[in-house]
Amino acid sequence: MSEEPEIVLGLYVPPHPHPLLASEQNEGWGKLRDAFDTCRQRIEESDADLMLIYSTTWPSIVGHQIQAHPKPVFTHVDDDFHFLGSMPYEFHMDAEYAECYREACEARGLHARTVAFDGFPIDTGSVVALKLLNPDNRIPACIVSSNVYSNRAEQIVLGKAARDAMSKLGKKVVVVVVASLSNRMFTEHIDPADDRIHSAKDDEWNRKILEFFENGRLEDISQLSRDIQGQIRVSKVVAYKPAWWMAATMGQHNNYDGEVLAYEALHGAGGAVIQLTPAKGGVGDKEFDEDDVEFYHGDRSVLDKGML
Amino acid sequence: MAKGEVVLGCLAPHPPHVVYAENPEQNEPFSEGGWEALRWGYHSLARKLKGIDYDCIVVLTPHWQTYVGTHFLGLERFQNISVDPIFPNLFRFNHDITVDVEMAEAMHDAAAEAGIITKMMRNPDFRVDYGTIVSCHMLNPDWDKPIVTISSNRSTHYYSNEVMNEQATALGDAVMKAIEASGKKVVLVASHSLSHRHFVTEAPLPEDMSREHIYNHSQYVWDMKIIDMMRRGEMQEVIDVLPEMIEQTMAEAEGGGLTWMMAAMGMPDYPAEIYGYQSVIGTGNAIAAWDPNEATRQLVL
Repeated sequence: MSEEPEIVLGLYVPPHPHPLLASEQNEGWGKLRDAFDTCRQRIEESDADLMLIYSTTWPSIVGHQIQAHPKPVFTHVDDDFHFLGSMPYEFHMDAEYAECYREACEARGLHARTVAFDGFPIDTGSVVALKLLNPDNRIPACIVSSNVYSNRAEQIVLGKAARDAMSKLGKKVVVVVVASLSNRMFTEHIDPADDRIHSAKDDEWNRKILEFFENGRLEDISQLSRDIQGQIRVSKVVAYKPAWWMAATMGQHNNYDGEVLAYEALHGAGGAVIQLTPAKGGVGDKEFDEDDVEFYHGDRSVLDKGML
Repeated sequence: MAKGEVVLGCLAPHPPHVVYAENPEQNEPFSEGGWEALRWGYHSLARKLKGIDYDCIVVLTPHWQTYVGTHFLGLERFQNISVDPIFPNLFRFNHDITVDVEMAEAMHDAAAEAGIITKMMRNPDFRVDYGTIVSCHMLNPDWDKPIVTISSNRSTHYYSNEVMNEQATALGDAVMKAIEASGKKVVLVASHSLSHRHFVTEAPLPEDMSREHIYNHSQYVWDMKIIDMMRRGEMQEVIDVLPEMIEQTMAEAEGGGLTWMMAAMGMPDYPAEIYGYQSVIGTGNAIAAWDPNEATRQLVL
């Protein structure tokens, strides 16, 4: 068992079905599809033996759920974009890693469980990522949910638990985060040709985030998560969590080679395909004042401490 | 043709726990029971429904979440297994659902005519959400009536609770026009809880009722306040305070169900029938009905 996990690369990809189902309908959607294809090729050329996905379109409430069905088979249809078509799938999951991840979560104080049920609804973002990045199930995968109530501490510990399990099993891993940048879509149906980022503000923030990614500044983006949530994220959940999890999983530093393969609008939301490759030498000039977290202690029972 | 009408409106929460606890043959997991206050309330309301003459059930569900407009089920039959993504250990339900497509299309057209962004859902592989299934199963376990499912537009997330109230009211008004024009007798269902903060852990035996209680007292106080207003027939007032309740209790009415149903029913000023209240994994769930027919309206609880 190695101390540090071997992460061959990290990917940040959008959850929308358009690159999978309708890439020919819009030039930008086609560019995102091409970027997915490039990533697929790079994964095939790597010697990774696990693809670990954190999907913002798989919400959980009871702790953190980890997909452990060795061969989930179903046909998925998106709630909003059902008219683009169906997504039949048959995936190959790494059940051993899933169980190990659950144990690692519990060892760090998290409530977690594996799910392995026929017909379980794998979410749009995970289906899109797996079908485009790993179409032949060349390497086994695992998916972890995004708890709707979790915040920074819990999310960081969840990432560290993923590392624990990778180290324990000696896995070579491709880490995939499925999330938009800005996530405000148009609220009406649009002609695909008219797609664009919803607002200039969303676009400006997206480009600043992409600049950080391009410079490999993953930990800096993680530290900016609260600002990102306030500025360009629709308040569906309490926080913008993907960067917290991605940094905690890949390593909380800025030592990465970053590459933005595509950045396009997806019904108004900011969709980007980004690759981070662990490297030597960091960038950035920031230090941070939020504590790092190793173990999740749950609620601090503030309400039970009485009134002043 | 006689004018169509709403014959009953139901607030029908959809925790999968209640179906799990019933052990119907369609559901795969087995339970030892649990949540009786809710289930017995549902049984009582289902008996009342059996005595009412109606053509279809129209349900607005917060578990079909759409950001691009309001969508309507648009195919006659959906046969599949529905596995709850949150509680797959409790709910793996084999369903065979019949849809009143004519009614769905009429509602879609009326909403579009009112300026609401709409879409018919025509993909045969689409999986009907578990909110629809739980509420409809508990109200009509025989599944002998067609349904219409309306998605929950997430205007609360994109704008505010106040905008949700405005848009859901417009949808309710439009749906009522479609019902009146159809000549049909319709049961409306708002499928959701009241307060909606969950515990994030689950007992080893989910139906262990020694572990079940409301998430916190604030949630309970809000739930009781709303139920008291329902009893007094103050539904306009309920809708008026709903944005604040949603803000403070994460109430699942954020999906628009209650506002939509009350608007369609003309904001009832008569007492609601209360069939039960109980927490499920910390959330506050009330079963209530609004009977426009004074002769059959009851004081249940």
